[in-house]
Amino acid sequence: MTYERGSSCDACASVTAALSSLAWLMLQAVAGGGRFRCLHSVVSLGWLLVASGVPWSIVTRATAVARVLGDGSLPALYPAAATAPDWTQAGWTGGGRFTARSAHTASNAASGDPVVVERRPLRSSPSSPEPASLHAEDISTSNGPKPAEISLEDDREDLFAEATEEVSLDSPEREPILSDEPSPAITPVTPTALVTPRIDPVMFERCKEELEEEANGDSFDIDISVSDPEKVGEGMNAYMAYKVTTKTSLSIFNKKEFSVKRRFSDFLGLHSKLASKYMHIGYIVPPAPEKSIVGMTKVKVGKEDPSSAEFVEKRRSALERYLERTVKHPTLLQDPDVQQFLESSELPRAVSTQALSGAGILRMVNKAADAVNKMTIKMNESDAWFEEKQQQFENLDQQLRKLHTSVETLVCHRKELSVNTAAFAKSAAMLGNSEDHTALSRALSQLAEVEEKIDQLHQEQAYADFYLFSELLSDYVRLITAVKGVFDQRMKTWQKWQDAQAMLQKKLEAEAKLQYANKPDKLQQAKDEIREASPGVSVCKDEK
Amino acid sequence: MMQEGLDDGPDFLSEEDRGPRAVNVDLQTDATLQVDISDALSERDKVKFTVHTKSTLPNFKQNEFSVVRQHEEFIWLHDSFVDNEEYAGYIIPPAPPRPDFDASREKLQKLGEGEGSMTKEEFTKMKQELEAEYLAIFKKTVAMHEVFLCRVAAHPILRKDINFHVFLEYNQDLSVRGKNKKEKLEDFFKNVVKSADGVLVAGVKDVDDFFEHEKTFLLEYHNRVKDASAKSDKMIRSHKNVSEDFNRIAATLYTLGTQDSTDVCKFFLKISELLEKTRKIEARVAADEDLKLADLLKYYLRESQAAKDLLYRRGRALVDYENANKALDKARSKSKDVLLAETSQQVCCQKFERISESAKQELIDFKTRRVAAFRKNLVELAELELKHAKGNLQLLQSCLGVLKGEL
Repeated sequence: MTYERGSSCDACASVTAALSSLAWLMLQAVAGGGRFRCLHSVVSLGWLLVASGVPWSIVTRATAVARVLGDGSLPALYPAAATAPDWTQAGWTGGGRFTARSAHTASNAASGDPVVVERRPLRSSPSSPEPASLHAEDISTSNGPKPAEISLEDDREDLFAEATEEVSLDSPEREPILSDEPSPAITPVTPTALVTPRIDPVMFERCKEELEEEANGDSFDIDISVSDPEKVGEGMNAYMAYKVTTKTSLSIFNKKEFSVKRRFSDFLGLHSKLASKYMHIGYIVPPAPEKSIVGMTKVKVGKEDPSSAEFVEKRRSALERYLERTVKHPTLLQDPDVQQFLESSELPRAVSTQALSGAGILRMVNKAADAVNKMTIKMNESDAWFEEKQQQFENLDQQLRKLHTSVETLVCHRKELSVNTAAFAKSAAMLGNSEDHTALSRALSQLAEVEEKIDQLHQEQAYADFYLFSELLSDYVRLITAVKGVFDQRMKTWQKWQDAQAMLQKKLEAEAKLQYANKPDKLQQAKDEIREASPGVSVCKDEK
Repeated sequence: MMQEGLDDGPDFLSEEDRGPRAVNVDLQTDATLQVDISDALSERDKVKFTVHTKSTLPNFKQNEFSVVRQHEEFIWLHDSFVDNEEYAGYIIPPAPPRPDFDASREKLQKLGEGEGSMTKEEFTKMKQELEAEYLAIFKKTVAMHEVFLCRVAAHPILRKDINFHVFLEYNQDLSVRGKNKKEKLEDFFKNVVKSADGVLVAGVKDVDDFFEHEKTFLLEYHNRVKDASAKSDKMIRSHKNVSEDFNRIAATLYTLGTQDSTDVCKFFLKISELLEKTRKIEARVAADEDLKLADLLKYYLRESQAAKDLLYRRGRALVDYENANKALDKARSKSKDVLLAETSQQVCCQKFERISESAKQELIDFKTRRVAAFRKNLVELAELELKHAKGNLQLLQSCLGVLKGEL
């Protein structure tokens, strides 16, 4: 592979590239051209540069699988194609662009910045779900993108009160690409959503110029919030119902604004459905928040102590972030399950997500089997790029985990500090009371009041640290796990491919032998088997 | 224990008037007797203080001299005051606390053991921190000892004590040994008896309103100061923990930042820098709080204990006096040993009155001192916190500006 990576991309960006690599490999399988691989690398390189802004967001978007394109022609209306030569030939379409929503919803409130998740007009043309990726221009236009939006949540201080500074991609900019022209024979069955996490407004301007379509006028926003946790039921059968409110102007939904009640197991059910559908073709499905038996039991039992309130709040914000990430992904948004989840008022109870159910145990067994498999499969990593990416990912994972633990300790200590300050404030007040020298007594009481205020501040800071920073980090740690899962999937499919090939080989040999031995009936049988095996091989290749 | 053949008994009729009590706990005395600790050396498990005296008093051989003393000798001096009946009517300045380096020694050891697991920078940083901490503790203990000496020197009566002079002047080893086990046990029992007695004595209603009021006040105050002191200690410890966490996060961010050179990583580096600086400020805030607030409270904890002891002694004297009165009456009624009873009653009466008088003055002084000390320290604390907060704010704002500018 002849690509040079000017600046080392950060691992998150690499996810995008990883997935796009996958897509390209498939494409390659179809088109049979090695050059596309190179091309793709260049493209992905560019993306990486572009995407280097916000690691977090990239990960959420990253998946793209290039399916076989029907006619393999990229609509000429993608001037982008011009900058990415051969794309047209590759019939590469797709690519989504999303604003990175890297901030926690809470910070949205804090920041005044618009956090608009924009999506492509998915409805622009039924047959062209996704517009071609604009990344091409991005690559050409910006080689050293300034991360206009950096996950400001990184800093716990008020520095990043405006944690969300996303540049919302205006639909008009993307419209052109997508446009509803019937002519572009965009027939990608699965859009390749290569996400550009962070795009410079400047770049957008230029994109606009380059693409001379007129804006469609639609806006692609979808805004989800999870609120109002309510306890439904009593005793051990109780559960928390969360209200999921969706505000959107996308036409795939029936209404503009609607809300439904969902419970935690519904979310888990959604996730498992999505995972089973998409994981093996290489998408990164955002991970759902984890089940916590202890926490839920406390809530069920009905203890009204602050820790259970905190738990509910934590879960609520985690669910919100999860949903946002899921809908940001263009493919996943298209999925009927997701839509059903958001819209329908009654959802079939996802029983299989219960902790102690048969399905749960099956899952555990599967996980164990996977782990064993991982150790035994020794994939011959022909793609050095992948290898490097994997390595980077490992590093990033490690670092993020470490950071996460440090931040958790910080949060813990701060909470302690606030508690102690409160205690001291009370004690100082009492001291002031018992002091009979009036001035000193007053002074001490004032000290007590100040300390109380300080305590409040510390508490707020601790909460901010927690929700903005620590939770985000844990989300990303889990996302990285999901990414690794995709890597593993890739390995599995490679393995399957190898196996299928080997089988095919054997069958061919058997057939040759039979031909020699001139056993016509067996020959026929062998031929049939071969015929069966071949498509298997090609399918596996595709999947890889 | 050393004995010197100097004239016995302090002189009650002191010609030196009570100089204005200094507003801070470290009292500045008049030029006749100035004591300070000019140097201190920390050896493996003990600290050697160099006590430096400047005096114009006639009973010292020279005008300026220095001796080396250890902690035990301070304690000896304090105990000799306490045991001296003559000083029953005075608040004895509380003894300085033992220099306690155990905590930082432990940490140093842990650091040494964990050396392999940390990166070089982390190690050096932690070592520096530990050294700074050690130094801070060291300075504090020196200050405590100095305060004790100065208080004694400033007290018009106590400064005349022989043992004090011996302590200041005798430039060879005082051969004060720490109490051995037997003596410690004795002490323990004495304490138990004393506290039981104290309860009894406290139950006796005092004739004098002033003392009654003082008694209740002191009791309450002492408890509250104890509470406040403990809570402030906890608070300061948490504060230190938070600032240490900053350090760790900064280090991790730094490693994250150095992995790549993309913008996010530059961002990380900036944040890491910021965190380090904030950490320093936070640590200093914690240290200042410690110094101004916690130490103040601790000192007054001990002082109020000493004041309580004074009241106890007075109460004891009162009880003795009343007992002597009763005995006298009994003797008179029985017409036996009247003279003996009378003399003992006289003695008790005198003792009691003496104690009451000096105690009154002492307690008033205690209050003044306390108010002044609190005022000074609280004001300084507030000013320092303000300064640090401003510095912190500036730092954050500039960092925010830089980051925004880059975006």
